Amino acid sequence: MQFDFSYTIWIVLIPFLAFLFTGIFGGKLKPFISGLIGTAGLFISFSLSVITAYRYFFEIEKTSGAFQKIIAHNTVWLKFSENLHVDLGVLLDPISIMMLIVITLISLMVHIYSLGYMKGDAGFSRFFTFLSLFSFSMLGLVVATNIFQMYIFWELVGVSSYLLIGYYYEKPSAVSAAKKAFIVTRFADLGFLIGILLLSYTTGTFDFLTLTDTGGTAILQGSGVPFLGMSTMTWALLLIFMGGAGKSAMFPLHVWLPDAMEGPTPVSALIHAATMVVAGVYLVARLFPLFVFSAPNALEIVGYVGGISSLFAAIIACTQIDIKRILAYSTMSQIGYMMLALGVSGYGGENGLGFMASMFHLFTHAMFKALLFLGAGSIIHAVHSNNFSDMGNLRKFLPVTHITFLIACFAISGIPPFAGFFSKDEILVAAFEHNKILFFIEFAVAGLTAFYMFRLYFNVFWGKETHYHSTPHESPFTMTIPLIFLSIASIGVGFIPFNELVTSDAKPFEILTHWDIAVPSVAMAIVGISTAMLFYKKENSISTVVVSFLGKFYRVALNKFYFDELYLLITKKIVFRFISEPIAVFDKKVIDGAMNGIAAITNFSSEKIKGMQSGQLQHYAFAFVSGAVVIALILLYLIEK
Amino acid sequence: MDFLTCLIIIPILTVFAILFCKNNKQVRLVSAIGMTFQLIQSIHLVIRYLFERRLGNTAEVLFQKDYLWFESLNIHYSIGVDGVAVAMILLTGIVIFCGIFASWNVQYLSREFFISLILLSTGVFGFFISLDLFTMFLFYEIAVIPMYLLIGIWGSGPKEYSAMKLTLMLMGGSALLLVGILGIYFNSAAGGGSLTFNILEISKTHIPLSSQYLFFPLTFIGFGVLGALFPFHTWSPDGHASAPTAVSMLHAGVLMKLGGYGCYKIAIFLLPDAARELGWIFIVLTGISVIYGAFGAVVKKDLKYINAYSSVSHCGLVLFGLLMLNKTAMTGAILQMVSHGLMCALFFGLIGMIYGRTHTRMIDEMGGVMKVLPFLSVAYVICGLASLGLPGLSGFVAEMSILVGAFQHPDFFHRVATIIACASIVVTAVYILRAVGIMLLGPIINKEYLGLKDATWEERLTIITFIIAIAGVGIAPLWLSDMIGSSLQIVIDRF
Repeated sequence: MQFDFSYTIWIVLIPFLAFLFTGIFGGKLKPFISGLIGTAGLFISFSLSVITAYRYFFEIEKTSGAFQKIIAHNTVWLKFSENLHVDLGVLLDPISIMMLIVITLISLMVHIYSLGYMKGDAGFSRFFTFLSLFSFSMLGLVVATNIFQMYIFWELVGVSSYLLIGYYYEKPSAVSAAKKAFIVTRFADLGFLIGILLLSYTTGTFDFLTLTDTGGTAILQGSGVPFLGMSTMTWALLLIFMGGAGKSAMFPLHVWLPDAMEGPTPVSALIHAATMVVAGVYLVARLFPLFVFSAPNALEIVGYVGGISSLFAAIIACTQIDIKRILAYSTMSQIGYMMLALGVSGYGGENGLGFMASMFHLFTHAMFKALLFLGAGSIIHAVHSNNFSDMGNLRKFLPVTHITFLIACFAISGIPPFAGFFSKDEILVAAFEHNKILFFIEFAVAGLTAFYMFRLYFNVFWGKETHYHSTPHESPFTMTIPLIFLSIASIGVGFIPFNELVTSDAKPFEILTHWDIAVPSVAMAIVGISTAMLFYKKENSISTVVVSFLGKFYRVALNKFYFDELYLLITKKIVFRFISEPIAVFDKKVIDGAMNGIAAITNFSSEKIKGMQSGQLQHYAFAFVSGAVVIALILLYLIEK
Repeated sequence: MDFLTCLIIIPILTVFAILFCKNNKQVRLVSAIGMTFQLIQSIHLVIRYLFERRLGNTAEVLFQKDYLWFESLNIHYSIGVDGVAVAMILLTGIVIFCGIFASWNVQYLSREFFISLILLSTGVFGFFISLDLFTMFLFYEIAVIPMYLLIGIWGSGPKEYSAMKLTLMLMGGSALLLVGILGIYFNSAAGGGSLTFNILEISKTHIPLSSQYLFFPLTFIGFGVLGALFPFHTWSPDGHASAPTAVSMLHAGVLMKLGGYGCYKIAIFLLPDAARELGWIFIVLTGISVIYGAFGAVVKKDLKYINAYSSVSHCGLVLFGLLMLNKTAMTGAILQMVSHGLMCALFFGLIGMIYGRTHTRMIDEMGGVMKVLPFLSVAYVICGLASLGLPGLSGFVAEMSILVGAFQHPDFFHRVATIIACASIVVTAVYILRAVGIMLLGPIINKEYLGLKDATWEERLTIITFIIAIAGVGIAPLWLSDMIGSSLQIVIDRF
């Protein structure tokens, strides 16, 4: 059965129209109306996405057992040359449809949640305008038909993120966090851009279908000319991955993500947990055949970057006390898992287990991480603080938040039957089969994850009750409904058979349950949870003893391995002091100086020679005669010769 | 009357009308009416041009007219436009229209101010429609001279110094240019026939290589001075800083484009072999401009200096794109001229408006302006985003065309230069966000700002016109890039 999918363009356009409408008329509307317009728009997009997913996965016929890639829409936007043109369009394939569901679902939840959370805020209407802009950009990114369209929306997503992090623009910390996020990701995007240039130069196309066609020419090219020991294609893909690493906050470009928590909490849930930060994973997945067939080295690097990031972030997360920052590091760690899964994956059938696991984890992670952030928002809403030292024993004040948060903690720790268990298990299996080092890293991280999540959980909901200024109370229903919905999702989505829907070559394959890996990893998580329970459920001094035992290492982790300082050094000291200021001085002294010097010399010499214009005849006659004599002598000399 | 000549006649008539005005109000009203007509005429030109092309008219230039006015040297008043010129005329029409509204409140010698401003624009329009080197040079000088008066009389700060520096440097450039143009003229009969100043005729002949080597650097540097080519850019920061708002707008928006346009239309088009062989020297210089200007802007505190250095960087990219000598990059360069013209003019306009309220241009003396002047601040942010190349606004289209085009160049050298030029996108983000962060965001540090009034109607008109143009180019760039690209084909064919 064939369908016309051209309506899918509206999934992207409706949020854009909402953005334009509320952006232009926002000042004149009642704030709540702006919010409703944005929410309604997202609801339509969500419904359309669900219909599309249903039709795509269950109603259209597969060609030779694989889901087709459908170009639902494509218009030429800008022509560089005959082959290189930027199109704007909609590409439907399993991963883009999965992303459509994730984005519209989480965005819709966040919209509803924000109607309550942001109530009474002066910038309510602006907030929803930016949310619509973000949703539009993110949707445009995932349906991109070519890499340049992706870059376009990539930048738009970056700017929406900038605007939303800096939403509280009167707060200097928010302003500088927004700036940092934008500049760090822009730097990464520089790599992305150069990567695109290299890729288009070697393959002569931007188009994803041509690029990733496993039997096509693009994949075979570029391996010829090596540069610094790696083929052009490897360089191109590594540079493109740099863009992805920046957006996905991978080590060492992660520094912006924790600071980005300055934005309103719903924004952190949407952008910095569920959708935008996984754009890097999506980018690698989108170009996956290229990585596998023409640059396996690059793919290996992707895996290691993912592994290092996930361990690094998990260690830091164990030391922080700001609940949103803990969640931010946890996000970084989980995205590390997804990258790693891609890095250990092959192409086609069971070799593509890592790919499928990565997408699966992206999906489940979006649910429970959004839930965690929205829950954190609910907690912050109740106690007006981000630090868990200001919290304790909140379970009796916030019953709904408590239960839903606990579900999310189980999900992220990988306890069956919650969603995280299934996806994480597949990742571990894939890692075990391809790379033992990465497997053991991830195995350790699984324990750390359980530990830091339950450290957070026990500190907030158990432990000693602190003195609150006003009694904390449960959030309004606009906020609890999304929590409840997402907690149901966090339990249920693990049962979606991703191996039949979203795979590397779009063909279903069989997976076997690996009890030999699942059991130890669950045991590891339980160890993490028990340790956290022992440390933090009741007030005791075990944690302080451990901290003093770890000593220096703890302090280094607490200070995030001094990466912020490193970045400050680069920007303030090197860029400002050693590049920009010398240029300013050079400009002032040398270039300006040269021009002023020329002017001064002109002035000076005219002062000097103006005496010659004396007006006295005898001077002129003398000069004339002596000149004539000199010329005559020269002529004579020349003739003699 | 002739269709293109109207573009010169309208401003001249406006100037005459201003002479008969009785007071300030009449002067600005007459100017506004005149320049509105001029804008309508420019848009009309674009539509007619596209229409003619659609009808299948493939002539090199359209609406061509030719009158002999100086027989012994074979100088003609010869006019005609191609896609590039049409784009430039549209840009000029928009900028001068908005410039009038941005100078709405000039009180001191307003009659003389508006006359100089409009005369300047006459020169610019004349320059873009000319096909005769000599006439073109004449219009060029008409455009440059009033600048001295405008800065020297209505400027601020060290205005005499700045005006003098600017004029002398541009005159220096003109001197080189004149030699270059005469050099081309005296070689224009290489294929037999009489000497000519006509660009189209010269482009049919082949100027001897040795002459090309001599005159290409002269003409390129001559125009390059106006296009802020490193190291001849130093008039720009001081000049912009001292100039009154509308003059900065016109200068950055339009006048600097004469440089880029001249480089393309005269230096590269008429002397293609030298452009190919000597281009690398200037690629190095423009590459330096791009990076140097961007880093220069990072530490500046005065808004006008930030923008002046940013202009050095962006205009460097224009010349960089032109020197790549392929269609994509050159189209991008012309687009960049349009884009930079629009956003830089808007920037200077906004700076003038903000300065008019806060009486300072130092970013660290302001803070939290967003709260009190939301309209101006949002416009500033949009403009900044255009400048740092946000997709959907004009800067992105231009930069990407240049970079993608340049990277398609077969030479390794050009590709490396492109990668270096790419780095400017990060530095641009740094200085734009730095200015926005310090000046517009954060808490209000000066309590007196609480009483400030946001944009007035004429300011809103200026801003909205620009933003529509910037977003228009950014969202639907295909028609413009096609129009420019197809006209560039004859230039490309010469290589």
